[in-house]
Amino acid sequence: MAEPLLKVEGLSKSFGGLEAVKDVSFEVPRGSIKALIGPNGAGKTTLFNLISGNIRPDRGTVLFDGKEIQKLKTHRIASCGIARTFQHIQLFAGMTVLENVMVGLHTHLHAGFFSAMMRLPSSRKEEKKAKEEAMSILESLDIAELAYKEATSLAYGQQRIVELARALAQRPKLLLLDEPAAGLNIRETAEMGRLIERIRESGITVFIVEHDMSLVMKISDEIMVLSYGEKIAEGRPLEIQKDPEVIKVYLGEEEV
Amino acid sequence: MRNIYLKILALTITVVGIDLVTNAMDKTYYLTQLTMSLYYAMVVLALVLLMGYAGQISLGHAGFFAIGGYTTAVMSTINLLPYKDKPLINTLDKLRLLVLREDLYGDQILSFNPWVGVLLSLLIVAIVAYIIGIPVLKLKGHYLAMATLGFGIIVYRIVLGTALFGEADGISDVPAFKILPGLSINGEMDTKRMNYYIAAFFVVVLVYLLLNLINSRPGRALRAIHGAEEAAEASGIDTAKYKLKAFVISAVITALAGALLTHFNGGIGPSEASVMKSVRYVAIVAAGGMTSVWGGLSMAMILNFLSLRGYFGSYDDAVFGAVLILIMLFAPEGLLSLKIRTGIKKKTKQPHNI
Repeated sequence: MAEPLLKVEGLSKSFGGLEAVKDVSFEVPRGSIKALIGPNGAGKTTLFNLISGNIRPDRGTVLFDGKEIQKLKTHRIASCGIARTFQHIQLFAGMTVLENVMVGLHTHLHAGFFSAMMRLPSSRKEEKKAKEEAMSILESLDIAELAYKEATSLAYGQQRIVELARALAQRPKLLLLDEPAAGLNIRETAEMGRLIERIRESGITVFIVEHDMSLVMKISDEIMVLSYGEKIAEGRPLEIQKDPEVIKVYLGEEEV
Repeated sequence: MRNIYLKILALTITVVGIDLVTNAMDKTYYLTQLTMSLYYAMVVLALVLLMGYAGQISLGHAGFFAIGGYTTAVMSTINLLPYKDKPLINTLDKLRLLVLREDLYGDQILSFNPWVGVLLSLLIVAIVAYIIGIPVLKLKGHYLAMATLGFGIIVYRIVLGTALFGEADGISDVPAFKILPGLSINGEMDTKRMNYYIAAFFVVVLVYLLLNLINSRPGRALRAIHGAEEAAEASGIDTAKYKLKAFVISAVITALAGALLTHFNGGIGPSEASVMKSVRYVAIVAAGGMTSVWGGLSMAMILNFLSLRGYFGSYDDAVFGAVLILIMLFAPEGLLSLKIRTGIKKKTKQPHNI
């Protein structure tokens, strides 16, 4: 288990004159919860998008499970075993909660246009199994009763959970969570924290961007701090809390 | 959905019911316009697949319809008799791909079996849609609408300016398409009823295929692209591939409708390729509620029938333009949205209880 699940080396990305991510290197060990924090505009979401393939890096490599993925298309990266949620919730409008989660199963199903349109027995069987699996994911997240509601009509906190359910349906090795507690109240945030810990216990490695410090400090094994696109600190939660560089970035220069 | 067979049964009963009612009313001449409406309904259903499911607009479907219709029209009216001794033609003849018949003026002509024309039209449209689709489907929203519109205009101008396609006159004297012995698509008076049922058969099968698709892996993939493309891609869906497949399948269905209607009408003219036809199809899909197979089908039947019976007079195109505007303004979810909404509940306002 020495080899990390995700290994990022020298990753850089500029938008015009702005260097959003500058030469960032780090590792996410298998089975850990690693958090990425930093002030607004530090490049956290950009870094996430570089890993998941939504944006192409200018330089650097992303090794996932020992394989270079930075040149792959987003959907190929997803089928390698990286699932993600979005800072601004992106559920499929016009589809039920159950259907949203079934979309997460896409890469594990096989039916094509022909077998689906012809309603071949193979596609019907697969459909039934997919439904059961999606349902069991909803049950494990305690939202089975929402299965047949339109996903985008749900309360915000519920939508976050549905997005998580969809990501879990991909049976990922690595789960990227972009501000999962954004917009949640204190109780919901605590619930989300427990949920993330449960997900890690099930064997999924978690890499999370989050602003809620109490959540980050509580659940993370390691924290990495980004400021103006550069990594300024990395370590255990207690170390990060004491790191003078981090304190400077978050609270401004200490005046003694 | 287990009741899919019930839905198909209900549709079949409706098809038979319409026939019986027109018969009882002694208005069997309606069957001609109903048959044409059914073929146009195929185009609308093909657009429901593309626009309603996958969320990709096309203002070029009249172009695909025309390519389908003109291909089979040219193939089945071209006279190869003068070249009969050429080895190629001779071989085609031996393969039974050619048929000898009398044209309108009683002269002998040797042209392709309609089977060849119809199948070739599907093949050509599949290739054209594939080639056009790769670059065009990278565009979104208005840009995609404009690019497909451009394609439609190109087809229209080509049809209008090419002698092979009869220029402004179009192509007439397209023979019957004998599908099976005793089963033939043509505009003869005595086969009116049979032709109504042939067209209805194609529509019923298409509805069945589309309903099956909605709740399946590829169907969900298309709807996911419609709902949130970025998230669909992150869920492992090859969005570019799915959009292209939906586009090609939609175009081929449209070409089939074009080819079959051309054999039914015995000809095709450039108006079938006009941009207003594309706008009309989109207007009908919108009136039917975009995503609804039933809404699209019923609106296609009602509006096309009224149009073909001449109820809109010389304002025909204006009516469809007005339909599009009014639907977008007052009922963006379609005319049936208020009453017959099955499946998913109506979208409610997103609550923010933070």
